[in-house]
Amino acid sequence: MKITDIEELKKIANNVRINIINEVFNGKSGHPGGSLSCADILTVLYFNQMNISSKEPNAKQRDRFVLSKGHASPALYAVLAEKGYFSKKELVTFRNIKSKLQGHPDMNKVLGVDMTTGSLGQGLSVANGMAMASKINKDGFRVYCLLGDGEIEEGQIWEAAMTSAHYKLDNLCVIIDNNNLQIDGEIENVMNPYPIDEKFKSFNFEVITINGHDIKDIVEAFNKARQIKGKPTVIIAKTIKGKGVSFMENQADWHGKTLNEEQYKQAINELERN
Amino acid sequence: MNNEKKATRQSYGEALLELGKENPNIVVLDSDLAGATKTELFKKAFPERFFDMGIAEQDMISTAAGLATCGKIPYASTFAVFAAGRAYDQIRSSVCYPKNNVKVCATHSGITVGEDGATHQMIEDISMMRTLPNMKVFCPSDDIQTKWLIKEISKYNGPAYVRLCRLESPIIYDKSQKFEIGKAVQIGNGKDATVFATGIMVSEAIKAKEELEKREIYIRVVDVHTIKPIDEEIIIKCAKETKKLISIEDHNIIGGLGSAIAEVLTEKLPQRLIRLGIKDEFGKSGKAEELMKYFHITAEDIVKTI
Repeated sequence: MKITDIEELKKIANNVRINIINEVFNGKSGHPGGSLSCADILTVLYFNQMNISSKEPNAKQRDRFVLSKGHASPALYAVLAEKGYFSKKELVTFRNIKSKLQGHPDMNKVLGVDMTTGSLGQGLSVANGMAMASKINKDGFRVYCLLGDGEIEEGQIWEAAMTSAHYKLDNLCVIIDNNNLQIDGEIENVMNPYPIDEKFKSFNFEVITINGHDIKDIVEAFNKARQIKGKPTVIIAKTIKGKGVSFMENQADWHGKTLNEEQYKQAINELERN
Repeated sequence: MNNEKKATRQSYGEALLELGKENPNIVVLDSDLAGATKTELFKKAFPERFFDMGIAEQDMISTAAGLATCGKIPYASTFAVFAAGRAYDQIRSSVCYPKNNVKVCATHSGITVGEDGATHQMIEDISMMRTLPNMKVFCPSDDIQTKWLIKEISKYNGPAYVRLCRLESPIIYDKSQKFEIGKAVQIGNGKDATVFATGIMVSEAIKAKEELEKREIYIRVVDVHTIKPIDEEIIIKCAKETKKLISIEDHNIIGGLGSAIAEVLTEKLPQRLIRLGIKDEFGKSGKAEELMKYFHITAEDIVKTI
């Protein structure tokens, strides 16, 4: 069932953020910054946009999602648990030796994960392959792929971007989580990929730029992408790394580390106040 | 072994065409080399199931993985150096780790590529591919075996790496010959030596066997078409039954067929193995036959070793 009420979606996104913090705190490692930055996007995808059901996780004609920035696995697990693919109780086992919730998503371990990812730069190619399969079979499903803004420094992304447009994959929608930070700092200082919009335009994509934390904006962008024919769409979502936890926001340092007891309490407090 | 010759890349192209007719889920991807890898035969017959990926091998392999997650059976082809080498991480992360049903069929392996030289002569691929969990590694020796193999790998759900050749080589087997994945083929019963060979080297080993017979030295040839999983049983059997063990491959002696056999011997029945192959150096330009002599991987070299 698709949720269209913006306030309800906001509430779910906040729960997703709480889940993310619980995972990274209990797992004693993981990537909170880039998980929090894409929490709103994933919430809209799984609760408002995608044709999926946790009751039929392997349905042939379901929409597909590829988390190319696989290190944001806490966000994907958080959304899948909210959606009922597995129990929310399992989230605290994240990265544990007995857990199915691997550091990076494993499609053979977790129901609802459409592709195993982790090595950056490969997800867009995989999403293209899925979109091609949808077209050959005339299945009509759509494919979504989330990329990190630092991730697009990988050359394979641009090989894949050529392919998306060459094969006119209008059933493909790429989202860039443009939080402007990668491990070593601001993306323009580490290896500048800007202007991202002009690059994708010149690769023959339809380009939509939005505020990646405005639920209404996100819904409208995905709806617009559905109308585009003959070419793929990229949504450049301007986001804030660590969004929702004050001390994590815009701090590259929070790319990949866990919280101590005190930080955990503060983060949960802040999120529960929303 | 008859006088008719055919390159295994050609047999691959012909087998793909047949397979395409039988199974609508087969799709083929190539990186601007359809003419050389012979996937053009499939391309012409089934254009809607063929994807030219341009000169972008990494993209090709991950795209194939995406197709496989949706029930397609992708055969992805390019030269071995670009498949196993350039797209190694894509084969590792998008294909092997998730166990995606992608068949990587790499042509132009080994120094027998010839004139193109070292940059295009892949002599490390068996080593790299067999170290990947979930990967099966094949190196067929002739037309008949290649055609069997290409069809056979479509029957199991999981990754495959098939190593094919540019150079024409003799047709070894009759059409009635039966093969099985993971089971090497023993040719002859000689007890003086065993020559384990793979791919294009099998016909060289058979030539050596025939030459040695004239001198009343009787050897057997073991055609190891499946390098992973390796046929432990036949290795142990031959180690017990024959006086001398030799391996030969158009590949670096580090990590290839010889290493795979040595690993089995070391654990199960320690015995000396003489490894013929490229001795840890890069290839060079020249005619394929000249290069085989230069790198000492001919029938004559086997005869001398025995």
